[in-house]
Amino acid sequence: MQKDYKGKSSNLIIKIVLAILSILTILPLLYLISVSFSTNAGIVKYGYTLIPRDFTLEGYKFIFKVPKPIITGYLVTITVTILGTALGLILSSSLAYVMSRRDYRYSRFTSLFVFFTMLFNGGLVPTYMLMTKFFHVQNTIWALIIPYSISPWFTMIMKGFMQTLPFEIVESAKIDGAGEFKTFIRIILPVARPAIATVGLFYAFAYWNDWWLAMLYIDKESLIPLQFLLYRTLSNLSYMLNNMSSLLNVNIGNIPSESVRMGMAVLAAGPMLILFPFFQKHFVKGLTVGSVKG
Amino acid sequence: MNFLLKEIKQFKKNKALFLLGLPAMIALFFVSYVPMFGLIIAFKNYTYDKGIFGSTWAGLNNFKFFFTSQDAFRVTRNTLLLNSSFIILSFAFAVIVALMLNELSKRSVKVFQTVLFVPYFISWIVVGYLVYGFLSFDYGAINSILKTFHIAPIDWYSNPNYWPAILILSYLWKNVGYLTIIFYTGILGIDSTFYEAAEIDGATKFQQVRTITVPLIKPLIILMLMLSIGRIFYSDFGLFFFVPREVGALLPTTDVIDTYVYRSLRVIGDLGMASAAGFYQSIVGFLLVMGTNLFIRKVSKEDAVF
Repeated sequence: MQKDYKGKSSNLIIKIVLAILSILTILPLLYLISVSFSTNAGIVKYGYTLIPRDFTLEGYKFIFKVPKPIITGYLVTITVTILGTALGLILSSSLAYVMSRRDYRYSRFTSLFVFFTMLFNGGLVPTYMLMTKFFHVQNTIWALIIPYSISPWFTMIMKGFMQTLPFEIVESAKIDGAGEFKTFIRIILPVARPAIATVGLFYAFAYWNDWWLAMLYIDKESLIPLQFLLYRTLSNLSYMLNNMSSLLNVNIGNIPSESVRMGMAVLAAGPMLILFPFFQKHFVKGLTVGSVKG
Repeated sequence: MNFLLKEIKQFKKNKALFLLGLPAMIALFFVSYVPMFGLIIAFKNYTYDKGIFGSTWAGLNNFKFFFTSQDAFRVTRNTLLLNSSFIILSFAFAVIVALMLNELSKRSVKVFQTVLFVPYFISWIVVGYLVYGFLSFDYGAINSILKTFHIAPIDWYSNPNYWPAILILSYLWKNVGYLTIIFYTGILGIDSTFYEAAEIDGATKFQQVRTITVPLIKPLIILMLMLSIGRIFYSDFGLFFFVPREVGALLPTTDVIDTYVYRSLRVIGDLGMASAAGFYQSIVGFLLVMGTNLFIRKVSKEDAVF
């Protein structure tokens, strides 16, 4: 519980210190937004500034002139996030429920089976070999979905929640003659809604922000998700220029490269940042349940 | 024979739940367990045409190669030193900020917590470019400031010596908010009657923090500490790959085991080195995780993860 005692002067010092920290935290983001709205000439003359010296929308206009990469990026990311989160929730909740049932003969084994993967893994080389040489999922959408679809960490969080559910509801369902499957779907899942929402948010966040899977397994243009597209664009401007300038007959020297890069970063990071305050409560709850309980 | 029959009978009773959990178990098996068998690649002269089973045995050659090169020492040193710095500094900052937050009203806390938590949701790709916004030689904010003071601009991306500090600052910027929330929540869990009693006894706020708050969140701090140390052989790939912008000159201080394995596998194509380094990381990482968990178990039984 929070202390009631509040000394005024020390509080002020604390607020000032935290305010400074907060400003330092936000500062880089302000630069990002500022540069995305600056002219190239202004950047060359003044460098990156906190407030654009010459305000312009030319960076964004350029991006939206050839919107195909960004639209593809959004489409791929949204698809992967929806499919991945759905799959992740189905797999995690079913497994977590099974692990939480004390009367299940193999519940301990199952828990160990899941938990061990958090202690030891084969590493990048074997995983990469498996995905490409055995499953051949490179350059398919499954490469972006399967690896994250069964997270032991999220499953443990769900298990922790399910363990708090009273066993009586299962027993009464059994008395009413319901099978395990029906019980799970009709009774457990509705009751587990808060946990499903929280874990679903975690899965969605993991999928939405992912660039790692694309970096490993994708080079087909039509399957490039948002974050990875951003990486390609930021690090390799010529890649983007090859896509855009030939279509626009624009002289490469006239492309407002810096504001375009920053503009893309804003567009890629934007949705998460805007939605984040609304979901912050859920994130915090899930985080603390997960880490305090271990 | 009886035993088998009994087991089968028991299985029939548990069949429904088993089937319910089966899809996830199969998925987990393929995603996490099958690659474990792939660790033997490190002991083979893997060639793409022969595959895993057809390739000849290399014994310990890949390991010999990896450990006698400069790489093993360098990436291990970088991984350990940087991760240790991350842990020590982020914990220090997070605890201090959490203690500060505890003095404020719920409304103020919400504001500060939200602001400090924001960087956690920004991918390292964007962070890498934000850092570039500060350190770019021609346009970067820092060099612009130096120029106005008539100090020569610094080429940040060509000197590896600046980078441990830059990486540490980046890590702190992104992660302190998240860690603060965890510790602050722990502090909230402390019974307020402790403070009330201390106040009656005339304790100053400082004394209250020192004698009540800190000792009572020490278990949480130690638990988080042990969990972090257990993973000290693994790095946040995004940080080490995107923030230094893959500049080769910076590798001496920014290359860690994870980036080394990735580069050996995907850029250079040296599968022997990649698999040897990966094997090294998996085994040592596992030993560290087990070791720290057993240590927690010894020190405070309830805090142990298993």
